[in-house]
Amino acid sequence: MTLQETTPEPTREATPPGTHGHGRRPRREAPRFVRGRGRYVDDIALPGTLHLAILRSPVAHARIASLDTTAARAHPKVKAVVTGADLAERGLAWMPTLSEDRQAVLATDKVRFQGQEVAFVVAEDRYSARDALELIEVTYDELPVLVDARRALAEDAVLIRDDIPGKTDNLAFEWESGDADATRAAFARADVRVVQDMVVPRVHPAPLETCGAVADYDRVEGRLTLWCTSQAPHAHRMLLATISGLPEHRIRVISPDVGGGFGNKVPIYPGYLCAIVGSILTGHPVKWVEDRTENLVSTTFARDYVMHGEIAATRDGRILAVRSHVLADHGAFNAAATPTKYPAGFYGVFTGSYAIEAAYCHVTAVHTNKAPGGVAYACSFRIAEAAYLVERLVDLLAAELDLDPAELRRRNLIPPGAFPYATPTGWVYDSGDYPTALEHLLEAAGYDELRAEQAERRARGELMGIGFSFFTEAVGAGPRKDMDMAGLGMADTCEVLVHPTGKAVVRVSVQTQGQGHETTFAQIVAEELGMATDDVDVVHGDTDLTPFGLGTYGSRSMPVSGAAAALAARKVREKGRLVASSILEATPADVEWEQGVFRVKGDPGRAVTLAEVAVRAYGPDAPPSPDGQGALEANVCYDPTSLTFPYGAYLCVVDVDPGTGKVQVRRFVTVDDCGTRINDDVVEGQIHRGLTDGIGLALMEQISFDEHGNCLNGSLMDYLIPTALEVPEWETSMMVTPSPHHPIGAKGVGESATVGSPAAVVNAVIDALAPHGVRHADIPLTPSRVWEAMQGRAEPPG
Amino acid sequence: MQVSLTVNGELVVSDVEPRLLLVHFLRDVLGLTGTHWGCDTSNCGACVVLLDGEPVKSCTVLTPMAGGHEVRTVESLEQDNYLDPVQQGFIECHGLQCGFCTPGMLMSARALLDANPRPSDDDVREAISGQICRCTGYRSIVRSVQWAAEHPEPVPTPEPVWPVGSAGGPS
Amino acid sequence: MQVPAPLEYARAASVADAIGLLERLGEGARIIAGGHSLLPMMKLRLATPEYLIDVNDLHHELSYIRRVGSQLRIGALTRHRELLESEELVEHFPIFRDAERVIADPPVRNRGTLGGALCQADPSEDLSSVCTTLNASCVIRDGAGERVVTMEEFYRGPYETAVGAAEMLTEVRIPIRSGGSNAYAKVDRRAGDWAVTAAGAALWLDGGSDGVIVDARVGLAAVGPSTTGIPAISAALQGRRPSMEAFAEAGRIASESCTPVTDGRGTEAYKRHLAGELTRRTLATAFDRIRERGVSC
Repeated sequence: MTLQETTPEPTREATPPGTHGHGRRPRREAPRFVRGRGRYVDDIALPGTLHLAILRSPVAHARIASLDTTAARAHPKVKAVVTGADLAERGLAWMPTLSEDRQAVLATDKVRFQGQEVAFVVAEDRYSARDALELIEVTYDELPVLVDARRALAEDAVLIRDDIPGKTDNLAFEWESGDADATRAAFARADVRVVQDMVVPRVHPAPLETCGAVADYDRVEGRLTLWCTSQAPHAHRMLLATISGLPEHRIRVISPDVGGGFGNKVPIYPGYLCAIVGSILTGHPVKWVEDRTENLVSTTFARDYVMHGEIAATRDGRILAVRSHVLADHGAFNAAATPTKYPAGFYGVFTGSYAIEAAYCHVTAVHTNKAPGGVAYACSFRIAEAAYLVERLVDLLAAELDLDPAELRRRNLIPPGAFPYATPTGWVYDSGDYPTALEHLLEAAGYDELRAEQAERRARGELMGIGFSFFTEAVGAGPRKDMDMAGLGMADTCEVLVHPTGKAVVRVSVQTQGQGHETTFAQIVAEELGMATDDVDVVHGDTDLTPFGLGTYGSRSMPVSGAAAALAARKVREKGRLVASSILEATPADVEWEQGVFRVKGDPGRAVTLAEVAVRAYGPDAPPSPDGQGALEANVCYDPTSLTFPYGAYLCVVDVDPGTGKVQVRRFVTVDDCGTRINDDVVEGQIHRGLTDGIGLALMEQISFDEHGNCLNGSLMDYLIPTALEVPEWETSMMVTPSPHHPIGAKGVGESATVGSPAAVVNAVIDALAPHGVRHADIPLTPSRVWEAMQGRAEPPG
Repeated sequence: MQVSLTVNGELVVSDVEPRLLLVHFLRDVLGLTGTHWGCDTSNCGACVVLLDGEPVKSCTVLTPMAGGHEVRTVESLEQDNYLDPVQQGFIECHGLQCGFCTPGMLMSARALLDANPRPSDDDVREAISGQICRCTGYRSIVRSVQWAAEHPEPVPTPEPVWPVGSAGGPS
Repeated sequence: MQVPAPLEYARAASVADAIGLLERLGEGARIIAGGHSLLPMMKLRLATPEYLIDVNDLHHELSYIRRVGSQLRIGALTRHRELLESEELVEHFPIFRDAERVIADPPVRNRGTLGGALCQADPSEDLSSVCTTLNASCVIRDGAGERVVTMEEFYRGPYETAVGAAEMLTEVRIPIRSGGSNAYAKVDRRAGDWAVTAAGAALWLDGGSDGVIVDARVGLAAVGPSTTGIPAISAALQGRRPSMEAFAEAGRIASESCTPVTDGRGTEAYKRHLAGELTRRTLATAFDRIRERGVSC
């Protein structure tokens, strides 16, 4: 393993253009984006496109007493008005969710959250569509509103899901993991037990581009084309096939350029189906792009976990066990995008990076009158919640034991020799050198100097804090037999083809929303085929042009499709070897591959490149293809043998103004290990983003409601996202411990920093407030909440 | 009503509803979809263009208010097969990922460097403080602008005007 | 994105023309300058004016910062950015630069105006409390002529000012008094956000920086329905030597003189605490500035 600093100044040496393989290089995508030639859904302009606007419920829980669309239909520019009753006639008023529940497309009986879809209009332009919404007259008979998850299972709680026959309560599901008895026994033996309630409030991924679609249904051909902000075009296509009855090959889902996803663009939203119905009814392409309020109020939220955490340890700081009970608010419908057998995602990874003997967790998920969702915002399938819990508990334990939090971690990190490491909740971590990461972090941060500085500042009444987070993620979902989404096994297919002129194209099923796949997948294939990266093109985003796979989220693109791409390229290379051996007049066993060239062993003068091989492979003298498929092409469906486990060690330094409670993040020092890295710029960019998320999540982001179910953060004026003024100079560095079971050793990194960073910030703030006796305070740590905590009045977020 | 304004150096005359927001005029009427929008409350800055040389949020300007004025969008940065240094800077320094905030960032960067050719990092952060990026963590954006400050000459576009390759078949 | 309801648009060629249009078009007509208060409300359809009268061409008449006798006069169309950058303004009233640094963000400051900010009369708005702190007066013009009102008279309550239906705010006048300085401080949850609480303070001494306090004024933002000044602070500080104790007492008075409410930005207790804390800090900063300047101007 090597530690590599990412230098603060741009004296980076780019791998020269035209050379193959991994390394830091500018992205192929960049030239079109800097010219404003990105093509996002709202840029799609087909002739005759009509515009769709959705009428949404202003109230959180109510029966629809009356709905009159007469005036809207009379608007001269309106082409169609559709209600839930209209959809119900066609069996389209409800749609399946990714959690085996169903969600209303347009409300029929009642509305169950503020912002729920009630009706839609299709009009000639977006302004008229918006005007027409005001002409729809709806009256609501309001019902009691349930917004406090803690009251969802009370005897007198209003029933939200009366659409489910026989349903009598607001329970969505219960789930548990680990060994309750062994954990109880470990707690009984422990010298020290620390207990803490902590809340990770509802937040929102809020990508800069909102969700939307252009639907174009060709009735004569019976074909649907849907441009859509989708992180998983093939999965969407399958779901649409199920809903519409059209076979997959008559549905084309195209994700054009996507302006950020972060999990927000995994689910299918009612708006997409409305656009499709609008196109069917009008015979025109229909565009729906939500506004920001719709995005924040109705699309998938993230987190909303009320957690009770306990940690048990010996007096000398050995952690024995961790236990957790969670109340999970899933909103009105269970639409969490999570593998079927994991309704609480991978929360079971809450044992973190530590070698402990026992653990148990129980999750109770409930319905409330809020928007559906839950798994989003780079949570790595709920590992963000899990990592937050365990890293806060470890810091609380350190305080209880009066032990340095770095030292406590050092004593408990999984040792390198223990890998592959099986956790008490059944996860097998693949590889890692945790202690070295911690030592690198402490050195990079100048930890001893920081503690000395803190002591000086404390003596002067200043509040400086240092916080750690050492996280392990489980990504790359996942082995088919264990993991499926909506019945689709989470394996990905990739196709690689080398043309007669020696250039290559790789078709992937994953879907970039800024992750740089057009560059990184080209780099993977270029590395395997010894070609210039510029000679490899990546095709993605169009179900007509790409093979089947489950899309990009959960940091799975490199672990799954990256593996598929590498293996497909290797198959092509093997075919190339056969052709090379025929050119070189040697037996295939005597032909070796080295540095992008086939050569005869022991005879360096006799060599050919893959490009030269390509011409022959398609020519009349080509040897027969070994698998009966095309000359230089291969298709690999990669079913991962297991997940991969990136990890990181983070340190955050904050200064808190004692008079105002305002938190300034002074430094953020990180060591990340995501295995083999394809492109350092891309990896570093992902880390920077996740660290920014951490500051936002820790200090300012929250979706909150009043007691009537009104969403109080339905705009970017009220849902606060960090700007360039809130972030420090990032100090990032990397280690590489390859994943032993991945063809190129890559682990994935997309969500690492979002998972790992919030706890580091919170631990730092709590550390800063130690002189005021603050033990815990919930996020978001706004100035008011920090100050109230300093007065001894820390409250969970409302 | 009729509006007349200069967009990217060319006079444009058009008949629009007075309430048409400038960002929609640019995107939907003129087809200049490089300028984006991302919120309802003038917070995100994806819509930043230059109005008489100053960065403004085009979602908060009615098209007739821009009548008689000059608007510059991201499409104006490339000239005669040369990229503006800010564009090259963002390519060099990984200043973008999903690209959605990028046009606005480029226009603010261009205006900043026009007024202050050697800004400090803090100057750059301040200049983009009204524009949200959800992807980059901002530091690479600051580096990209500094690259442009250090390399103020236009750069030939990365791709050739004509496709390269031998003509007429294999040699 | 949300979009406004249908409207008609007219562009004023002069202040007289704007007022004439307001008279003719009636209650459904609104002036639009920078538009960054009005247009967001129109997009959310919280405001639906039938007519917008665009006054952005009137910079010759309404964009200026100039000294006239013992007043600094600022035209209503002066942009936030101009207030931030003005060297004339910062010489006498650094409070403006303090405030503008933390108002919104650069693209918004390129458009938003002093007049627009004051006329919006949002209780969380910063320039209103700056003007209150400086004992500014407002010039309101109608078809017949103009009248000058104090900030107390100008600001009537949340989103309500003394500017009538066919009237326009044209100018803000700030008295220049020797021996003083001023400062602004704001706590926000994030850069560019509205204030959780903000305070502006102005302090005047006689006899240089060793002298006694002649007058002290404090204006708060976001802690009540109005941003009026606090006369009790002037009374408490007049005649005293400037000191941390005096400033702390002013802070206590400020804390007790406001009516904050708990909301998403902060609790009532916190805002009340900030009113005191920021009052103390801004008085101290104003005093430091007087001392740095040395000779009274």
